[in-house]
Amino acid sequence: MTEDRAALIGLSALEATRRLAAGELGASDLFAAYRERAAADELNAFTWVAGEAPAAAASTGTPLGGVPLAVKDLFATEGVPSQAGSRILEGYRPPYTATVVHRLAAAGAPLLGKTNQDEFAMGSSCENSAFGPVLNPWDPARVPGGSSGGSAAAVAAGLAPWALGTDTGGSIRQPAALCGIVGLKPTYGAVSRYGMIAFASSLDQAGPFARDVTDAALLLRHMVGERDACDSTSLSFPEEIALPDRTRLDGVRLGVPSELSGEGIEPGVLAAFAATLEHARELGATVETCTLPHAAHGLSAYYVLAPAECSSNLARFDGVRYGLRADGAGDLLSMYTRTRHDGFGAEVKRRIMLGTYALSSGYYDAYYGRAQRVRTKIADDFRQAFAAFDFIVTPTSPAVAFPLGAKLDDPLAMYLNDFCTVPMSLAGIPAISIPNGMAEPPEGGPTLPTGFQIAGPAFSENRILGAAHALERVLDFDSSRVRG
Amino acid sequence: MSGGVGGPELEPVIGLEIHVQLLTATKMFCSCGLSFGEPPNTRTCPVCLGLPGTLPTVNERAIHFGLMIGLALGCELAPRSIFHRKNYFYPDLPKGYQISQYDEPLCRGGELSGVRIHRVHLEEDAAKLTHAGGGGRIHGSSQSVVDFNRGGTPLVEIVTEPDVRSPGQAREWLQLLRATLRRLGVSNVNMDEGSLRCDANVSVRPAGSQALGTKTELKNMNSFRFLERGVHAEIARQRALIAAGGTVEQETLHYDPTTDRITSLRSKEEAHDYRYFPEPDLIPIAITPAMLDAAQAAMPELPAARAQRLRASLDLSPESAHQLGFRTDLGDFFEAAVVHTEHAQALANWVTGELVRHLGDGDPADSPLEPPALAALVDLVAAREVTQKAAKEVLEELVATGGDPRAIVADRGLGALGEGDQLAGVVAGAIAANPDAAAKIRAGNAKAIGAIIGAVMRETKGRADGGEVTRLVHEQLAAE
Amino acid sequence: MIDREEVLHVARLARLELSESEVERMTGELSKVLESIDKINELDLAGVPPTSHVVEVSNALRPDEPRPSLPREVALAAAPQVVGGGFAVPSPQA
Ligand SMILES: [Mg+2]
Ligand SMILES: [Zn+2]
Repeated sequence: MTEDRAALIGLSALEATRRLAAGELGASDLFAAYRERAAADELNAFTWVAGEAPAAAASTGTPLGGVPLAVKDLFATEGVPSQAGSRILEGYRPPYTATVVHRLAAAGAPLLGKTNQDEFAMGSSCENSAFGPVLNPWDPARVPGGSSGGSAAAVAAGLAPWALGTDTGGSIRQPAALCGIVGLKPTYGAVSRYGMIAFASSLDQAGPFARDVTDAALLLRHMVGERDACDSTSLSFPEEIALPDRTRLDGVRLGVPSELSGEGIEPGVLAAFAATLEHARELGATVETCTLPHAAHGLSAYYVLAPAECSSNLARFDGVRYGLRADGAGDLLSMYTRTRHDGFGAEVKRRIMLGTYALSSGYYDAYYGRAQRVRTKIADDFRQAFAAFDFIVTPTSPAVAFPLGAKLDDPLAMYLNDFCTVPMSLAGIPAISIPNGMAEPPEGGPTLPTGFQIAGPAFSENRILGAAHALERVLDFDSSRVRG
Repeated sequence: MSGGVGGPELEPVIGLEIHVQLLTATKMFCSCGLSFGEPPNTRTCPVCLGLPGTLPTVNERAIHFGLMIGLALGCELAPRSIFHRKNYFYPDLPKGYQISQYDEPLCRGGELSGVRIHRVHLEEDAAKLTHAGGGGRIHGSSQSVVDFNRGGTPLVEIVTEPDVRSPGQAREWLQLLRATLRRLGVSNVNMDEGSLRCDANVSVRPAGSQALGTKTELKNMNSFRFLERGVHAEIARQRALIAAGGTVEQETLHYDPTTDRITSLRSKEEAHDYRYFPEPDLIPIAITPAMLDAAQAAMPELPAARAQRLRASLDLSPESAHQLGFRTDLGDFFEAAVVHTEHAQALANWVTGELVRHLGDGDPADSPLEPPALAALVDLVAAREVTQKAAKEVLEELVATGGDPRAIVADRGLGALGEGDQLAGVVAGAIAANPDAAAKIRAGNAKAIGAIIGAVMRETKGRADGGEVTRLVHEQLAAE
Repeated sequence: MIDREEVLHVARLARLELSESEVERMTGELSKVLESIDKINELDLAGVPPTSHVVEVSNALRPDEPRPSLPREVALAAAPQVVGGGFAVPSPQA
């Protein structure tokens, strides 16, 4: 029995769909196996776990056949807590479901549970959750990365076969790297944002977490497609997402931007990155240094644009229609100010303040206007780079998983975690992080996972997944030990 | 009124800001139907409640109506326009921002009847905030209740240049705008119900000066009369202030029509900082040839143009042409009737006079009266077969039950008494019965004829033609 | 750089109550972050258009066809305070 369950957990999502389709595996059994593990979660990866398996009939004949899905807390799920990691939404159960969750459920990926996250997706460590920090399965004294750290930890630890996350400046890719799994941020607009509790609307994008590249492709296939009429910024995906089968990289031109592959990156991470580049050459790729002249300014632009949008997006949390209302506020002004004081955590307040300041009278041009222009330059840099290279590759995160609390009091140090991922977000282009071997943390000790980032032009997801698949085979990263 | 003693005459400078609720089927950014008095919070959805994670989508017909308004006002239609967020906190604003347009509106420029249009843009209406207790007044109650039924209703905001020069012109111009919008069919444009709302920016300056004085913003006058009176009161207040050596302060004001007094609406504790920025949840509106064609094809003849055409082609008086041009229902009824008669001006008088007296604001097309029947009645009057007075009775019946005017005249014996013996006999009888009056007339007192005509009218129950009676009285007295 | 007065002004715009220690801390932290952000002032961005959306698409208009609204009890379900079928709030100018 226990061994049976362990065997079930060991299946990749793709293998599970095949066995479900062949009738060798029951959807309820698979769900129950994961439900049991998720309910016993010791990483604080889940904020809610489904009480029982959905009727097996619901998945019969669907392409995914009933492989359960962990979903980041900030996706609205009807009747199920959707709190975005915030005290201001504690216990909030929306009357509707996010488009992408709905699509995946219809494709046969029922909701297993909601995963913990940095409050409103603001953070790179999952320590900014009102429901406590998430622990890294590789070392529970360390962070899993963020903001989608609950989803990343759940997949890495085998508490879920795969999961949904969101990425605004690196919130899928960085935790994927720190937890040793695959995470993909699609082209902006490829996945509907309807029902994703917004952080920064022009950057937010949902994407898959999976144990391997093939599973990531399979989940993404059912996330994209026809544009969603409920999301004006969503776009129809021009082709179906294929299951990758590429094993060679002959003739593939990889560009390594000097701006994102040197200074500020831990030596262990750089060494692992260099080793992977060597593998790529062996597979037939060419590797050359390239330049993204404005990429180094990405963080500055990002930390204007994202807070500005969030300051507006979070104005709806006012204690009128849902969520927290502070006790004892007599007048309207104190109802607002005290509700928001009590309901938001420190990082959210910081970003609301930063964004409100950047948009306020007299500062708009200096901050918001300039940041939007930097964004234009960064998108141009990528366009030029893609004229000469098929992909831009970088380390995903400049650092391996760091100890809990290490950067909590230093916002700037925390923001640097997004250094290599933010430029792609600003340009709206797709990027994947795949496990890239282990590296020793700067202070020494047992090695930890690192991530290899591959970015391509808009809608190049199939090509990115193909290249990632080829590299994954030769990197042969083994994460089975953290699945217990 | 003039400026201070010895000072220059102070001329008013007025600009109007008008909000119009569009008569679409759904709200501006969600698929909820518009609300017309439903119970509170029964016309809401996740989007218009501002639930976390929801996104707006632009109502296609609201854009269409916006383009029609732009065409009607002679605006330049922006090939590309975008939405902005206007950020402020208020309980009637569910997202903490209003989606509006800022520096790239749908339409710019334009002109209506000598008043230039600055811009026309689209936005969403706020919800309704009711103040519990205190008789619905803002002050003196501790709790308010929000009803989101109205929240998200499509609004068009029309801003004029400061080209209006008097309170009366403000009222007349707004009436023209209302007639124009009503003709377009894009709104109910009803000030009572709030589907047409007007704010006025008012300043004064020395006559002949080109500089603009400090303006105040007079909010939400909810009738044409209050607009005129409010602006009048504010001009008087500014003139008096300047005459007394004071200066006008830029502020938002409220006009109270019951006291004719103006009070400051908002405390000045906080200057607004709306932190406008481009709405990242929406993409630009780019007018396609198909959208423009559809708007052009939907354009009816507008009131000013119709009035002009009726004057030119039918030689109507300016007043008649104006009334028929500006009330679409009357104009349509008139035009359906006028093809059946030679007497266009007389018909116009009947439509804008007696018919309106019966129907008020009602559409004559909804009454049993048929346009050819009214034309026939006008012809009967012109042919002196029916007197004006009798024709009014006929019209009353036509409006109530319809039918053919000739049949009604015959049935009810309302035909005019003509030159035949019957009327001559009645006149002779009246002269005989009023010898004093007859004597006075013979002595040259023409006014005395009134008594004899009155007697004839009593006897014929008004069916006699007054002119014919007068002629017969003089004829018979001369023959004696 | 941002000073204490500006922090208080911005907090007021954002409807955030800040304790005395939060004001202190926020002033320091925001100043540091702004100082770092100010690096973008070194760039010459003359003539560079701003980007609001990375993919230039337009319109995506919704047909004007009504859909059912939420039942009132669902609309009000999460409200902190309900009075007479509406969302109750302290009066704006009480
Ligand atoms: Mg407005
Ligand atoms: Zn709605």
